Parts: sequence; C-alpha cells; structure tokens
Amino acid sequence: MNVDITDFRGLATIFCALAFAAVVFWAYGPSRKQYFDDAAQLPFTDQGEEKADE
Amino acid sequence: MSDLPAYHPPNYNLKVVRQFTIMTVVWGIVGMLVGVLIAAQLAWPAMNFNSEYLHFGRLRPLHTNAVIFAFGGCALMGTSLYIVQLTCQAKLFSARLASFVFWGWQLVIVSAAITLPLGLTTSKEYAELEWPIDILITLVWVAYAIVFFGTIAQRKTRHIYVANWFFAAFIIAVAILHVVNSLAIPVTFTKSYSVYAGTIDAMVQWWYGHNAVGFFLTAGFLGMMYYFVPKQANRPIYSYRLSVVHFWALISIYVWAGPHHLHYTTLPDWVQSLGMAMSLILLAPSWGGMINGIMTLSGAWDKLRTDPILKFLVVSLSFYGMSTFEGPMMAIKSVNSLSHYTDWTIGHVHSGALGWVAMISIGAMYHLIPILWGRKQGQMYSEKLIEMHFWMATIGTVLYIASMWVNGLMQGLMWRAVNSDGTLTYSFVESVEASLPGYIVRFIGGGIFLSGMFVMAYNVWKTTRMPQQLVAEKAS
Repeated sequence: MNVDITDFRGLATIFCALAFAAVVFWAYGPSRKQYFDDAAQLPFTDQGEEKADE
Repeated sequence: MSDLPAYHPPNYNLKVVRQFTIMTVVWGIVGMLVGVLIAAQLAWPAMNFNSEYLHFGRLRPLHTNAVIFAFGGCALMGTSLYIVQLTCQAKLFSARLASFVFWGWQLVIVSAAITLPLGLTTSKEYAELEWPIDILITLVWVAYAIVFFGTIAQRKTRHIYVANWFFAAFIIAVAILHVVNSLAIPVTFTKSYSVYAGTIDAMVQWWYGHNAVGFFLTAGFLGMMYYFVPKQANRPIYSYRLSVVHFWALISIYVWAGPHHLHYTTLPDWVQSLGMAMSLILLAPSWGGMINGIMTLSGAWDKLRTDPILKFLVVSLSFYGMSTFEGPMMAIKSVNSLSHYTDWTIGHVHSGALGWVAMISIGAMYHLIPILWGRKQGQMYSEKLIEMHFWMATIGTVLYIASMWVNGLMQGLMWRAVNSDGTLTYSFVESVEASLPGYIVRFIGGGIFLSGMFVMAYNVWKTTRMPQQLVAEKAS
C-alpha cells in the first residue's frame, strides 16, 4: 500500500475532528458542571461579601 | 500614588498596571493623531507639508505601530497583569521584572517613533522595526512572559480563569510570530535583510500578519472581554463551558488563515484554498465568543441603558461580531478579487480596530482607573463624559467604516469595469478622484474618534486627582 501526502491530509482532518469532539465532551461533561460553575465565579472572589448576580 | 488601595488583600502590584493604564490613553491619542493626519493627507495631499519625515509612507507604519503595539500593547499588558493577579489571587511575580517590562516596552515605542519617520524600515507590514529594536522586543516579551506565567505558577486558586488562557495564548503566539518573521541578516546597525525570499517571504509575513490580528488583536482582547464584561455587568460569563470550546477552537483555527492575504498571487493554489476554508471556519469560534460575551447580559439588559462603560464593552462585541463576519466573507476568493487592494480592507480593519479593540480597551480602562486610584468601581470623575465619549467613538467608527465600504466597493467595481472592446473603462486616477468624498468623511470620522480620546484623557486626569474613597472609608 502506498502512503502519500493525501493520506496524511485525511488523517489530519480526522485528528482535528476528534480533538474538537474531545474538547466539547470535556467542557460539557456533566461531572464537570460544578467545577466550571465555580471557575466562572473567579472574577468575583476579590469582592468579599459582594456576590455576582445569579 | 504609591499607596495601594486597602481592599486588595494580597497587596497586589498595581503600580505597573497604573503605568500601563496611563500610557494606554497617551499612546492612544498619539497613534490616532498620526492616523488622522495621514487620513487628511489622503484627502488633501499638501498635508504632508512637503517634508520627508511627514510623508504618508513613513507615517503610516508609525500610525499602525503606535495604535497596535503602543496603545493596544499597553492596554493588553496592563489589563493582563491586573487580571492575572486578581483571578489567581497572587501578587505579581517579580516587581523588578514587571518594571522592566513597562520601561522596556516604552523604549520600544519611542524607538519606533524615532526610526520610522527617519525611513528606517524592514518594509514588512506590522513588523517594520529594524533588528536592534526587534531584539529589544524579544527581551521585553520574554520578561513579560516570565512575569505572567510566574504569577500563574504562584496562584492560590485551583483553576486558571479563561481570561488568562487567552492572554497566555497571546503571549506565546506573539513570541513565536515575532521571532520567526523577524529572522534577518543584519548588514549595518540600521539595515537588515529577511532570511526568507520570494513567495516564502510573503507567506511567512502573512502568517505573521494575520496571526498578529488573531493573537495580538483578538486573543488578548478576548482575555480582556472575559474579565471586564462579567465584572462590569456583575454577572458570571454566560457559559463558562462555551468559553473552553471557544478558546481551543479559536487558537487552533486562527493560525491557518494567513494565506487569504495572498489570494491570486504566486502562492500555490491549494494554500490559498486552505487559507480561505480556514477563514470561513473561523466564523464559528469568533461568533461563539461574541455570543458568550453579549449573552452575559441576558436578564440584565436594562444595565445597558444606564451604564456607559457597559455600552462600550457590549458595542465593542457587536463590532467584533460584524468584523469577524466580514473577514471570512472577504477571504472568499471571488469576493477578495473585488475587495483586495481597495479601501474596503481599510474599512474592515478599522471596524475591528476602532469598534472592537479600541472600544473594549476604553471600556476596560474606565472600569479600571477608579479602582486603581483607590475609588469604588464605576466612580470615574464624570459619567456624563463617558457617555459622551461613547457616542463620539461609535459615530466616529460608523462614519469611518461606512465611507471605506463605499470607497472600496466603488474602487473594486471601477478597476474591473471593461468596455465592449476589452479596454478598461476607467483609468486608475479616475478611481482616486472618485474616492475623495469618502476620504473626507473618513477624516471626519477619525477626527471625532480622536476627539473622544481627549475627552477620556480629561476624565482620567480628573479621576486620578480625586480623593481615594475606599481608603478614606476604611479609616473612618
């Protein structure tokens, strides 16, 4: 079987699609919801008693 | 000025942030003033006063360098060094090095302001500065990276907030772009030749050029957006999870878009097509980020009516959305054949530069300045002057981009018009003559935007002279 640059291009496309799917899965995984919700509060941690609106 | 506001528990290093903040306003005025002058030259050529030092060809790179690297650079460095401390709850890594970053960056800017009017240039767009200055930029940038990442390493929080991810990508990418594109063989102290030649030189240049847009003018300012929009609206970002996808998608796609600057050139066709396809895909993460920023106000839209700082931030996102829609469209080869080399490109750039970059920076400055000078958030000297500045900036930008759209389309259509016998309908100079009204409107728009910066400077000056509220309240 001849492997040429076209195969490499196809593999690169598949790799990018999988990488994107992995990022989406990681970001939207239900078990990480609380983690990201906490992260979103980081700009407000210096306010002390004041909390951001929900 | 040396007293830190009492409400910052870990004694953050705000001195360098204050310095960068003030210089953002100063360089903004200088850079835009040069811009208005060269806009005037295009309408009335005598405005170069027959001086080689005031010639368009020498002042245009001074304008771009001043607004991008001096105004934009100071805004990015100041806000990033502020945000990284507050969201990591750690004091800045090495005050000395931070001070070197500030003074070194000012030295770079002053060197540019001297060498460019003298005609010393590498002739690479947005990378005109000659090799000794390039080396200085590299040293300052490495110091900046050490300060930024050193602070992240010392963080008290577990998670690294998304704004810092964008700033990190900006710092790393700009370092790579600058070093690779500036590789040159010096001949004398003021002259060097690029190590690249021909088409490869052009490709390296526009890989640099477009990623200067993607990482300097986009990723860095998105970092600003992810902190100041939630902070000013007092609401967490609409979707933190979307911001994660936004970040990785944006940085992995942007790097491929450069070839759209070289459509229909000697660049191989497949590279042009790749650049076009990647530019089109780029619309998705760009709009993802824009929607994430704007939707942060969801449920609190009324704040837009009363808060002029929020108006700056949200309108900047609207311009970001507009220009990131326009950009992919202009990257389509058939559209590009009409738009390229016309004023449409200049209009597109300024929709991003004035509408997005400048307006989000101005909003961030108005948020920061009271806090940095020991006052409560939102307590600038005059809110009315912010409101006035907002309308001047918006009207100025709209006049600028609308006149350049009209000019660009007209030029593109005039250049391609052919008579039935195959000869060109218009000579080039006829298209120049037809552009005059647009150039005058552009000058007026730019002038209004610049005037707004003077309003800001006055407001900032007065704010820094006011008594420190928070320190006083704590004491009583």
